[in-house]
Amino acid sequence: MSRRAERDTALLPPAAAPFTKNMIGAAIARREDHRLLTGHGKFLDDLDMPDTLEAAFLRSDFAHARILGIDTSAALDLPGVIAVFTGEDLRPIMKPMPAKVAHPDLQEMPRLPMALDAVHYVGEPVAVVIATSRYIAEDALELIDVDYQELPAISSTAAALAQGSPLAHEGARDNIAVHAVQRAGDPDAAFAAAPHVLSETFRVTRGGGHSMECRAVAARFETATGQLVVWDSTQAPHYARNALANLYDMPEDDIRLIAPADVGGGFGPKAQFYGEEAVVPWVAMQLRKPVKWIEDRRENFIATMMERTQTHRIKVAFDDDGILIALQDVFEHDQGAYVAGLQVPMITLSTVPGPYKIPNIHTELYSCYTNIVPTSSVRGAGRPQAVAAMERMMDRIAEYLGIDPGEVRRRNLIQPDEFPYRVGIMFRDGSPLTYDSGNYPELLSGVIERIDYDGWRRRQAELRKEGRLIGIGIACYVEGCGLGPYEGAKARLTNSGDVLVTLAAAPQGQGYETVYAQIASDAMGLDMRYIGVTTGDTGRIPFGQGTFASRITATAGPAVLQACQALRARIFTTAAIMLKLEADNFVFRGDRVCLAEDESIGVTLREVTQVANVGKHGITLLRGVPAGLETQAYFAPERAAYASGAHAAVIEVDPETGRITVLKYVIGHDCGTVINPMLVDGQVLGGFAAGIGNAMYEEQFYDSSAQPQTTSYLDFSLPSAIEVPPVTLFHIQSPSPLNPLGAKGAGEGGTIPAPAAIANAAEDALRPFSARINEMPVTPPRIVAAIAGRTPVVH
Amino acid sequence: MHPDVRDGTDKQVLRVIVNGEERRGVVDVRTTLADFLRHDLSLTGTHLGCEHGVCGACTVLLDGTAVRACLMLAVQADGCQIETVEGLGDGDELNPLQAAFHRNHALQCGFCTAGFLMSITGALRDGPVETEQEAREVLSGNICRCTGYAGMIRAVLETSEQVYGTQAAS
Repeated sequence: MSRRAERDTALLPPAAAPFTKNMIGAAIARREDHRLLTGHGKFLDDLDMPDTLEAAFLRSDFAHARILGIDTSAALDLPGVIAVFTGEDLRPIMKPMPAKVAHPDLQEMPRLPMALDAVHYVGEPVAVVIATSRYIAEDALELIDVDYQELPAISSTAAALAQGSPLAHEGARDNIAVHAVQRAGDPDAAFAAAPHVLSETFRVTRGGGHSMECRAVAARFETATGQLVVWDSTQAPHYARNALANLYDMPEDDIRLIAPADVGGGFGPKAQFYGEEAVVPWVAMQLRKPVKWIEDRRENFIATMMERTQTHRIKVAFDDDGILIALQDVFEHDQGAYVAGLQVPMITLSTVPGPYKIPNIHTELYSCYTNIVPTSSVRGAGRPQAVAAMERMMDRIAEYLGIDPGEVRRRNLIQPDEFPYRVGIMFRDGSPLTYDSGNYPELLSGVIERIDYDGWRRRQAELRKEGRLIGIGIACYVEGCGLGPYEGAKARLTNSGDVLVTLAAAPQGQGYETVYAQIASDAMGLDMRYIGVTTGDTGRIPFGQGTFASRITATAGPAVLQACQALRARIFTTAAIMLKLEADNFVFRGDRVCLAEDESIGVTLREVTQVANVGKHGITLLRGVPAGLETQAYFAPERAAYASGAHAAVIEVDPETGRITVLKYVIGHDCGTVINPMLVDGQVLGGFAAGIGNAMYEEQFYDSSAQPQTTSYLDFSLPSAIEVPPVTLFHIQSPSPLNPLGAKGAGEGGTIPAPAAIANAAEDALRPFSARINEMPVTPPRIVAAIAGRTPVVH
Repeated sequence: MHPDVRDGTDKQVLRVIVNGEERRGVVDVRTTLADFLRHDLSLTGTHLGCEHGVCGACTVLLDGTAVRACLMLAVQADGCQIETVEGLGDGDELNPLQAAFHRNHALQCGFCTAGFLMSITGALRDGPVETEQEAREVLSGNICRCTGYAGMIRAVLETSEQVYGTQAAS
């Protein structure tokens, strides 16, 4: 019995005046590039901040311990050391930092800006030294004496959930942060009645963001005005500013938080709020001196948030044709020592069903406390793990029934005429999971055709006879993106006659200075050269959310569109009054506003600003002129949009070494309307490199006392140009009806299904051995272990 | 050179030629070359990504050879010629490699870019780079987390072709 997709009434796009797409869709080279190519980037530690003191954090060597005392006297005596602060010294700001994404049943253990009575992960800050140089500050760290009483530590979700296991937090009820369930239909009845049921346990480990620039924060307190200025290499300036206002009990307008124009990558970890961000500005205020902290890579390995391991126990029910009847996935998520936010496992919880029609669904989360650095989003944000579990099972169904894996998927895909499609469960944005638009069959057939699927199946059979192990893997996904609650932009015609677009959002390489000038240009009908973009400064625009979850194009884009259309209207109204004409047939030509049918009749943009902005001192404004040519718009999407895609991989596996060589890789991508195709390709291919890292290389290790074993790039492999294979990439565009640009998100689609595609290909390559690949990343030892003791059978 | 010991720290006078210009400084002997360039000479184009020699963001050319400025002491560079990213272009004009990066969207956040430009500059002085695989090998000593390297590969091949006049193999 198949479930008919529930049809909403047709969604109307939010009202927007029509606009011509000249710049939207154009591959404009980036304005940001010049300064970055010539060594004049404005990353935080590049900024000229004279007389700034430097901070170094003393971090716990134990995963779980009580702090009995801290002796800082020797550190204070070191020449060049200005001050040392412990948790005790920071009492006024020792308030719990709330989880970014929470849940009514969350057992939330307080996360303080600095450890006070106990530490809960190796790397947790216990003291901070402020000195004249970072070198001296680090010398001083070695002189601080901390008296720890070591406690047992939890190093995995299995340990967290085991009977009689110690507590990751003393005083907690247990090691479960939250237990959550999503259900649709009647899965129990469906499983009981189904002709076929398959189950498996998958362990998926993902690494950290590893942006090339680590975290950084600097602050200066203006004693004369009581204003705090904070520079923060963050993805979320307003979120951080609000956190500081709350912790310091200061009015939000007295804190100006600026993400530098250049932030060296974010990928999720910089969208969280950390104790260091709370401590450094506070210390600067106490000392009445500017202070900065530049994280180094060793700190980044142990104390910056990351994703880690999820264990999925998944079962699927299906009929003789491979049509899905029911899905159940119970998974454990390593939340770490504190819940900085539940977004990753909540996203996993609702991503498992993917692009398939599944009438009965049960997904269940156990988010577990461990004594390791908290986890939070890293590019993909919980979706890769969900896709891995589901896509591995689609291949298992195909193997079980003897049907081609591409065909099994094709039979189950949601069809292009079934949108908006209600999955039956909730998404992490609080709304019913409803896919807005897409063409999943075209993505699947597109990758199958372009990878020469039939050709490779023939070659696979022939080469197997020679003992060579070729594998083909497919993975399809749907990606919730463009999340609310809102994003904002201002547009102002400045007194020099240029348009300034002010985004609340902060970039880390996505090209906002270029892309939003393109959107503004089309919204106004004004040449892009007269439009500038500024970003990420809470002093310039009061409200914003941040760059994460592939959300900005779909939210800031429409905000810029709306603000610029409104600005255009105000400019034309002003010009009409200045020229004593009706306002309805103006255009921009160069730096002038003129009549469409007679361009000699017009005024310059500067003249317009003289009238509406500058005015004449004491003289009445021309009647009808709207004073002050600035507009603002906040766009709040009705719900998340859904990008989608498919990956296909052909690999060869060396059975002796376990080495995987990728022979061919194809990506099909649908992010709705493409604003700048060169930049979108960059996002997909960059995301793919991260996906290959997750699929084959990136894994951190902890011993049973939760001590990190991988603390440098000598232990932990990021893909270089040798490890990232070439990709054939194609796009389709299914515009989203949820915003006037039709835009979705492009930042994570390259990453999300890569581990699933590679794992599917690996198991396919090892089919003669009947071997199982149930753990990701698919590393050589795992390949070798999967076939150990087995003899290949070639038909 | 005369060590000038003050407050228990060893300092040394240092003379280097950076991008063709003589620069002098007095540094603690334990100051890295990267920190000397960035903070003493205000040449902040060279970046620090790992400080253990793997990521390559700190790569500069020292007497023509690519080195990790994070793993060298500034005093080890005394008397040497150093080339940094700031010396590649001519005023506002980009050199062929920089222009090729721009055309091919070979950078996103830009943090790793200086290190790549210097590594590639060193490699191209050794000879042409004519195949995609060779280009990948030239790039393999540096890490980028944003781009996936595709634009950089094209940029290397295009620049090699421009500099050496040989057609890159497709």
